[in-house]
Amino acid sequence: MKTRVIKLFKRLATVALFAPAMAFAASGAHLDEAPVSTDHASLQRGARLFVNYCLNCHGASAVRYNQLQKIGLDEKTITDNLLFTGEKIGDMMTIAMTREDAEAWFGTAPPDLSLIARAKASASGSGADYLYTYLRSFYRDPTRPTGWNNTVFANVGMPHVLWDLQGEQTLKETSGADGHTAHELALTKPGSMSQGEYDQAVADLVSFLVWMGEPDAGSRKTIGIFVLVFLAGFYVLTHALGKNYWKDIH
Amino acid sequence: MAANSNYEKYQSDGTLLGNALEWVDARFPATSMWKAHLSEYHAPKNFNFWYFFGSIALVVLVIQIVTGIFLTMNYKPDGTLNADGIPRAFASVEYIMREVAGGRFIRYFHSTGASAFFIVVYLHMFRGMLYGSYRKPRELIWIFGVLIFLCLMAEAFMGYLLPWGQMSYWGAQVIINLFSAIPLVGPDLSLLIRGDYVVSDVTLNRFFALHVIAVPLVLIGLVVAHILALHEVGSNNPDGVEIKKFKNDKGVPLDSVPFHPYYTIAHDLPAMVIFLIVFCAVVFFAPEGGGYFLEYNNFLPADPMKTPEHIAPVWYFTPFYSMLRAMVWNFFWLEAKFWGVVAMGGGVVILAFLPWLDRSPAKSIRYRGPIFKTLLAIFIVGFLILGFLGTKAPGYYFFGYAPAANPDGSTAFSPLNYLLSGDLIAQIFTVYYFLFFLTMPYWSKIDKCKPVPERVTFK
Repeated sequence: MKTRVIKLFKRLATVALFAPAMAFAASGAHLDEAPVSTDHASLQRGARLFVNYCLNCHGASAVRYNQLQKIGLDEKTITDNLLFTGEKIGDMMTIAMTREDAEAWFGTAPPDLSLIARAKASASGSGADYLYTYLRSFYRDPTRPTGWNNTVFANVGMPHVLWDLQGEQTLKETSGADGHTAHELALTKPGSMSQGEYDQAVADLVSFLVWMGEPDAGSRKTIGIFVLVFLAGFYVLTHALGKNYWKDIH
Repeated sequence: MAANSNYEKYQSDGTLLGNALEWVDARFPATSMWKAHLSEYHAPKNFNFWYFFGSIALVVLVIQIVTGIFLTMNYKPDGTLNADGIPRAFASVEYIMREVAGGRFIRYFHSTGASAFFIVVYLHMFRGMLYGSYRKPRELIWIFGVLIFLCLMAEAFMGYLLPWGQMSYWGAQVIINLFSAIPLVGPDLSLLIRGDYVVSDVTLNRFFALHVIAVPLVLIGLVVAHILALHEVGSNNPDGVEIKKFKNDKGVPLDSVPFHPYYTIAHDLPAMVIFLIVFCAVVFFAPEGGGYFLEYNNFLPADPMKTPEHIAPVWYFTPFYSMLRAMVWNFFWLEAKFWGVVAMGGGVVILAFLPWLDRSPAKSIRYRGPIFKTLLAIFIVGFLILGFLGTKAPGYYFFGYAPAANPDGSTAFSPLNYLLSGDLIAQIFTVYYFLFFLTMPYWSKIDKCKPVPERVTFK
């Protein structure tokens, strides 16, 4: 009996100590871990996908084209390859579609993607994990107006824009031995990429979206190291100074 | 200031600077203020680390004011949409983050500073509870402190609306709606606060005005009053004994050191550097604070047509938010929502009565008995659990437990449904929170205290 009580208290103490940590382990859709990269080649491939596939309906109105120099593209490359409709390199990555039209056509205006990777973080995983899983979870659904649905975002308004790359998936219902039904995505019509290639392409795109969320996150951390080293040195000095003052107080 | 007459005026040494100082000091209480509040303010010599947080709070206040000034130079309190369909206020924050030189650091310092302020102030208040710093003759210091805490909550709440993200918008909507639960005047009061029937551009502009000028002015005034009252009666210390009982022939308490330089430079400066190390580690490496300092949902622009699934206030409000949600019963003719507001407001206001609720013969926890130690420990654990539960949606169960359902859809009976229910635990700790204070006059008197020494302990 006594050991049981002790066990109960131990469990309660664990709850108190690790309650915040356990919040992250809480339920929610399972998300695949996104292999986010800060490698310039990967980010540039992601930028190409973003401009070609996303930037027609979604804007990134907080980001200027010339910011892409930070991922290793030069001005000429950006102008020749990523500016299609007479934008200037200092322009924001905006779209021509108006909000009113978007609402009429899609039911809801497609969100601006400047911060999407930061906004989609949750207890289930990082924003990158969400996007990485979401972009690989479209399947054919004839009941939807666009013909597409998504296991991460039920009844999503966006059609599967990358379908020619991934191909078509369908949702298969499988029943396990314990009577529970499970759902599984299966590729029924291959696209121009193999599954591995498509996963890599999505990883590139997601890496780019993460980069866009805070283009200078890398330099922030570099500066942070210098700040912390300075403060550590400053602490040593102030601590020694303080000790010296107090040595005569008894 | 009475201190004016107590100190000799500065005498020039004949140099130009000396003459200038003498000229000023003859017309302004420079010497007397310096001496009364710093170089001849006699503070107990036995302060420990718990005494860092007052000065650190002052540093955070300065950080918030300075970063705030620079933020207002580029921030636009405008809820209307720009050509890209983004609210201008939201877009101006991203403009600061991406285009203003150093703007991202100023913004992260300000957003992290808000959370740091509450961490530091909560620790500062807890120090007061540990050592009985609110006891006679320091009641007024404590009351000013509670008012500062209230001001800080108002300041943080209004500041949180300004980025105009989803959580900004819906958090404000929820909290302002609470006022409508007050009988008779409620609906008109919430309309008055909002300035509109929903949270809108009007609300944003008045919150901006209140956040950048009205509340900070009151806050600074209260901080000055807090410090003046402290310097009038002198600081308490970890032993909770009055150092003024034993003075030397010059009237200086034997167990004291001059506040400057022994505390300013020698004690608090290294502590401030440690604080800055932790603070900068967050600012530079984890500015979102795991979604607690900057909520993820707030990276989406405010959309009055889309209510988020779960609206959680920022972490520093969650203990009181839990108390609000814990009230689910209609008492008398008033609905539960009103009692929730009473619990939330009462949870803060009751702190102001602490000096008169505590009847213990000893001030400091060092000499107080087992009843106080046990009840305070439960109080703190309960407060933290309330804070945790406030970040969760209602119907939360610990350990990811889910009640099993009967075939007819009703919940199957299990004792775990009660033991692990966040809602029930929040109610228990809410009741405990108030009982802790309300029954204090009784248990603090009968607690077995140890004898309190005459002089401070110092090694």
